[in-house]
Amino acid sequence: MEAVALPRPAPAAAEKHPVKKVLVIVSKGTLEDVYAGLIMANGALMEGLEARMFFTFFGLEAIRKDRQDHLHTATVGNPAFMQKLPTMVAGLPGFEALASTMMRKEMDKLDIPPVSEFLEMIVAGGGEIYGCKLAVDMFKIEDSEFIDDLAGVITVGEMYALAEGEGTQIIFI
Amino acid sequence: METMFDLSTLAVNDDGYLLNADDWSPEVAHAIAAEHGIALTDPHFAVLQYLRDRVAEGTPLTIRRIGKSGLVSIKEFYGLFPGGPLKVSSRIAGIPKPASCV
Repeated sequence: MEAVALPRPAPAAAEKHPVKKVLVIVSKGTLEDVYAGLIMANGALMEGLEARMFFTFFGLEAIRKDRQDHLHTATVGNPAFMQKLPTMVAGLPGFEALASTMMRKEMDKLDIPPVSEFLEMIVAGGGEIYGCKLAVDMFKIEDSEFIDDLAGVITVGEMYALAEGEGTQIIFI
Repeated sequence: METMFDLSTLAVNDDGYLLNADDWSPEVAHAIAAEHGIALTDPHFAVLQYLRDRVAEGTPLTIRRIGKSGLVSIKEFYGLFPGGPLKVSSRIAGIPKPASCV
């Protein structure tokens, strides 16, 4: 059988499609995961993009007033954390709290604010903060426990509506 | 109305930031601001001066620091320089583009 060369599509002109809006979904409640989301949302605003954040499951810790500034990082089950440290030592009482405190101090040196202040900065820059209705119902969290800047507790469908428009990227953490 | 400063006479990098901080003057600032659709007022200049002073002393610029400067709140800063406040204000202030993630 004779090989037939398939028609190739003409090379597209180098058209740029810049990101115009980000929707950052934060589903985890560890220090590093929450900060990753905050830095990306805030960074988008700094670049003149729109940013919206949706917090679900353990990510809700970041928008609970009494917990958001006390997030921890996992010292056990985290192979990238102090590689030479024996797991049993990392699991000693107080070790995780110590590591988390040290991490927060290092971040402060780089002018990275506490979670509460970071969220205020994002809102001041025009960003919007949302909570996931299903997770809120599941964890039985009262409205009064959330930050005052919360734009709403919404469904998954409403969350997708936040991402409407050309040039939107959804980032899931 | 007086004519705007001709920016094409100044050396700039690919992003349009002044290469020589000494080239800066309020007239240059007005001309760059016009490209961003911003008409500069006194509060704008207060922020620009603050940015230039920080850069001159070698302090890295962050949005948080500007919010704590006592000059403007973060919200006001976004309002004064729409479209990426730190980027835009730095360009108008004639200082290098800030390499800051916060």
